[in-house]
Amino acid sequence: MTLRALLRDAQFRRGARDMLAFGPALVAWAMVSGVAMTQVLGPWLAALMALTVFAGSAQLASLPLLATGAPVWVVWASAACVNLRFIVFGANWRPHLAHLPRGRRVLLGYFLADLNLVVFQKGWPNARPEPGQAAYIVGGAAVSWSIWQSASMVGIFLSSMVPTAWGIGFAGTLSMLGMAYSLLNTRVAWIAGALSATAAIAAYALPLKLNIVVAIAAAVAVGLVMQRAARGTRRVSA
Amino acid sequence: MSTWSYGVSAILGMAVVTFVTRNLFLWSEREPRIPQSLRRALQVAPLAAIVAVLAPEILMAHGHVVDTWRDARLFAAAAGTAWYAVRPGMMGPLVSGMAVYLPLHLGLGW
Repeated sequence: MTLRALLRDAQFRRGARDMLAFGPALVAWAMVSGVAMTQVLGPWLAALMALTVFAGSAQLASLPLLATGAPVWVVWASAACVNLRFIVFGANWRPHLAHLPRGRRVLLGYFLADLNLVVFQKGWPNARPEPGQAAYIVGGAAVSWSIWQSASMVGIFLSSMVPTAWGIGFAGTLSMLGMAYSLLNTRVAWIAGALSATAAIAAYALPLKLNIVVAIAAAVAVGLVMQRAARGTRRVSA
Repeated sequence: MSTWSYGVSAILGMAVVTFVTRNLFLWSEREPRIPQSLRRALQVAPLAAIVAVLAPEILMAHGHVVDTWRDARLFAAAAGTAWYAVRPGMMGPLVSGMAVYLPLHLGLGW
C-alpha cells in the first residue's frame, strides 16, 4: 500500500482516532519520562533514549542504575526484565500481523507498546484476524509514536522548570487509571485485575520490576482456570 | 569521554532489548503453536500489566502498603475513580485526580 493510500484508508484513520483518545495519558507519561531522563542523563542522552529505546517503563527503571554508574549489562538486564511483558504481547499480536512480510512485521512490532495493544483490543473486540487490522495498527502506532516523542521532547526541554517536589509523576499514574477502568469490562477482567494488583503489591520486593511479570502470570493463570471452569459448567449443564 | 560512551552504549543496548522483546513472537515465519485456551487467557495480559504498575504507585510508599489515610494519592485515585464512574474517559480521571492531589500534596504535605 502506498503512503497516500494508507493515509486515506478507513481503518488507518480509525486506528489513529482511537489512539488519539488516549492522547492525554501518552502526553502525561512521556513528559514525566522526559523530565526524569533529563535530570539523570542531560538533554542529549535523554533525547537519544526517547528516540531509540521507546519503552517508557524500561526507560524509567534504568535511570537509578545509570545515575549510579551500574555496569551496562545490568542496565540491559533490567530493561529485559521490565520488557518481558512485550514477549507475551507479541503472542497476542502475532495472529493479526502474520500475513505481513517479516521485514514489515518486525518494523511495526518495534513500535507496539502497551497502549497499542490496549487500543487494539478495544477496537477489535472479537480478537480474530480480520482484514484491515494491520492498517488500524499502523494508524495507532503512527499517532502513539508522534505524541510520545513530541511530549518527551517537551519534557526534556522543560525539565529544569518543573520541580520534582510537585509530584507531577503522579499524573502519569492517574492517566493509567482511566486506561485500566476502560479494560475492566468483563467478570474475568475484574478478577484478573484484582489478582494482578494483589500479586504486584505482594511481590513488590522483587528486583528489576519482576513483580509485574509475576502479576501478569497470575492474571493469565486465573484466566485459564476460569475458562476451564466455564467449560466444566457447560458440560455439566449439557 | 567515558560517561558519554557509557550512556550511549547503555541506551543503544536497551533499544536492542526493546526490539528483541517486542518481536520475539513476530520474528519466525512459522506460526508458533499456542493452545487456543492460553491464547484467550493471554488477552488479560495488557490489563494485568497496567494494574500491576498502577496498584503499587497508588497503594504503596517506601516498599510497604500505606498505613495512613493522609496520603494525597488515595484521595486523588478515589476522585479519579468517581469521575470515571460518572463519565468514562481518559482525561477526566487525570484532571480530577490532579485537582485533588496537588492541593493535598503541596498544601498539606500529604
